[in-house]
Amino acid sequence: MTTAPTPLAGQSAAQDDAVALHADQVTKVFPGTVALDHVDFNVYRGKVNALIGENGAGKSTLMKIMAGVERPTGGELLLDGKPIQLRSPLHAEQLGIGIIYQEMNLCPNLSVAENIYLGRELAPTGLVVDKKAQRTQTRALMQRLEHAIDPDTLVSDLRIGQQQIVEIAKALAQDVRILIMDEPTSALSASEVEVLFKVIADLKAHGVSIIYISHKLEEITQISDYVTVLRDGRLVAEARNADIDVPWIIEKMVGKNPANLFHKGHTEVGGEILRVEEITLPRLGGGFAVDHVSLTLRRGEVVGIYGLMGAGRSELFECLAGVHPDAGGQVFLEGKLLPAGNVSGRISEGIVLVPEDRQREGLVQSLSVAHNVLLASLRNYFNGLFLAPRKEQTAVTEMIKGLTIKVADPGQIITSLSGGNQQKVVVAKGLLTSPKILLLDEPSRGIDVAAKSEIFAIMERLAAQGFGVLFISSELKEVMAMSDRILVMSKGKITGEFLREEATEEALVAASAIGHGAAENGSKLATAATHEIITA
Amino acid sequence: MSETTAVPAKKPNSITWTDVQQLLLRGRAFIALILVVVVFTIIAPNFLAAANIEIMAKHVAINAILGIGMTFVILTGGIDLSVGSLVGLSAMIAGMLINQGIVLPQLGIIIYPHTWLIMFVAIVAVTLMGGISGFIITRFNVAPFIATLGMLYVARGMALLINNGYTFPNLVGRPELGNTGFPELGAGSFIVNYSIWIMIGFALVAAFVAQRTPFGRQVYAIGGNERASELSGVKVKRVKLLVYMISGFCSAVVGLIIASQLVAAHPATGQFFELNAIAAVVLGGTSLSGGRGSIGGTIIGAFVIGVLGDGLVMVGVSSFWQQVIKGLVIVLAVIIDQIQARMQMRIALQKQQELG
Repeated sequence: MTTAPTPLAGQSAAQDDAVALHADQVTKVFPGTVALDHVDFNVYRGKVNALIGENGAGKSTLMKIMAGVERPTGGELLLDGKPIQLRSPLHAEQLGIGIIYQEMNLCPNLSVAENIYLGRELAPTGLVVDKKAQRTQTRALMQRLEHAIDPDTLVSDLRIGQQQIVEIAKALAQDVRILIMDEPTSALSASEVEVLFKVIADLKAHGVSIIYISHKLEEITQISDYVTVLRDGRLVAEARNADIDVPWIIEKMVGKNPANLFHKGHTEVGGEILRVEEITLPRLGGGFAVDHVSLTLRRGEVVGIYGLMGAGRSELFECLAGVHPDAGGQVFLEGKLLPAGNVSGRISEGIVLVPEDRQREGLVQSLSVAHNVLLASLRNYFNGLFLAPRKEQTAVTEMIKGLTIKVADPGQIITSLSGGNQQKVVVAKGLLTSPKILLLDEPSRGIDVAAKSEIFAIMERLAAQGFGVLFISSELKEVMAMSDRILVMSKGKITGEFLREEATEEALVAASAIGHGAAENGSKLATAATHEIITA
Repeated sequence: MSETTAVPAKKPNSITWTDVQQLLLRGRAFIALILVVVVFTIIAPNFLAAANIEIMAKHVAINAILGIGMTFVILTGGIDLSVGSLVGLSAMIAGMLINQGIVLPQLGIIIYPHTWLIMFVAIVAVTLMGGISGFIITRFNVAPFIATLGMLYVARGMALLINNGYTFPNLVGRPELGNTGFPELGAGSFIVNYSIWIMIGFALVAAFVAQRTPFGRQVYAIGGNERASELSGVKVKRVKLLVYMISGFCSAVVGLIIASQLVAAHPATGQFFELNAIAAVVLGGTSLSGGRGSIGGTIIGAFVIGVLGDGLVMVGVSSFWQQVIKGLVIVLAVIIDQIQARMQMRIALQKQQELG
């Protein structure tokens, strides 16, 4: 408590462990949002330093700053007490800071060995790559990780879990002193996780400091030495793992979060508006992404679809929105069977999708706010010869006002808006098509708390107007607060249906795990999942 | 924020240095054009003579019309390398129909269509060739570069095949066959040469289509983010097919204009024209990655290239140096373009920050 550089009185846990890397009052400002607000973060030498927080709390931004990917707007990093300025990921690597990303950063067209030595090939003469040496060393690394992956295998031929192992091997090959691991276990099976933990223990013994980011609280309490909690870009708490427990972490993470307090009020639920029967979507490589799903939706009803990643929820929405014209099954809107249509067909029939990935699927980055808002409903302003500017303007102004989109000028380019406002633009675009059914895929992902409650308020209002609203969320509290009815999906099937009154967190989690880990330790996995979800 | 305070912090109508910078950057192609004109007016005495201006405008029209079609293609994020060959093919189709007619050996007759019909046939045929490129790109997911590169060779080969590599000379037609009047397109004028009117007409229609129709809006959207456009109900394949047809159509018209001006159809007509068209589009500020740009910019870009080329000839700069200068101007234009894009982003962010 005496020499610790952390200014948070009473929260400091540092006692006699040395700080290898210290983030000092680091601030990062993005267009429209403050991702990190004067954050102090300690990485203790030879320890596992867990970094946790909800989505959008600033974990990944902090991680990227420490890995040299992003530069802080304010504050600095101190490596062994000396201030450093990371110019690039390569520079960070040279200083001994390695990172394993959550999303794979491997070249699928190269072999395992080539990937591991990518950018720092073993070339004794400086010209010719010593493939043999690379192969031998890769084999040694794989042995250490207890995985018999042939160094010459193409990465594209590996399972996701194996690819993760290659990522880890890649970091190990660089003699790192500080290793950042961003959700390293998200794609691993239980036995693979055990191997990873062994490796982590081994690294610790060699004095490597580890920054461990995960949503799985069970894991964190199991492996970490120090725990740091971020919330809304601020440091909330730092503690020794020995002094805390899971409920403490949850409390710190969630805090008095207005998004979690938002509750859907009661709305009048009318007759059936949408009936879906036996929707199927085959998956590449066998099986079904959406496996004979049937559901109904009533007027004014908000139905949440909960499940783990890869449960087939987004694919179900895509089928409904006409993205996969070859999907099987029938869709009845207001009792009428819809033809197997494409996206524009479904939009004109009244089903519109607000996709999950705003940047990749929701927005056209090169267009203005106004043109993005209008994109899906252009025919409404077309008088046969040209687009009527006045009609367009009225529609845009109404939407900006109705959804309180914060924008100086509708002609402004979309990328200058904050995440929450961009999300509202995507919703506005959908609403202008005058839909009967609104499909929202993770509508609250990556936006700040205030914007979250606004999005929820919009959903509630739409339901009250007689829309049918289906939304996907991976956040348990959100689903429970916002839905009249909750469907749970797992492995492409609907595995649970709950009215709001009867839904409990345990029941939802149990339903979401059906079909998972049957061969492995099922109950353990389910509890781990419980904690992962509560935190989300 | 929204409350109006008693003391305005900044006069809203005062012009700041950023405003001036922005104006200069936005109008850069136009400023470049003025600069080029002024410089040549000073060093070449009769540069601004009415006759000279018309000659230059005729030259510009060729690149400008091709550039208009190319702008639509590039706005969707594509490229059309086949326009030069399509120009040649269009010229050769017209030449064949005028000089040889349509031979029907089974019936032992030769049909000589009317000039209007000839032009119509050439335009439809070449537009369909553009459509084939578009079909290959959308249906088989072939990269536009490859598909149109293939079309470049195929169309040029066809142009050569039509008359075994020979030119169709003297495309005046014969009065007794009723197919005269073709040279009128290139030589005739109403105040100025017809080709200039065609350019103006095309530019106005194209600018209107790009800005004021759903099709135009969708072209921009596809270039910006194809996936998002598709999920917004834009019929991406249809729009893409159409832009290559538009490019083919523009090529066909240029082919006719050139054949008519020369009163001959040469199979090598239009070689490398695709590069001039792309240069005009890029000079005009259209991003090669799609989604950003304008028809007006392309027209100005075509003028810069045309005026620069003709001016350098008049001043007596060697044609080797002309190429060097042209290349430098194009690259410089793109550099400035990048600077402007970054600056615009910065200004938009500032505005947003003031909102809080």
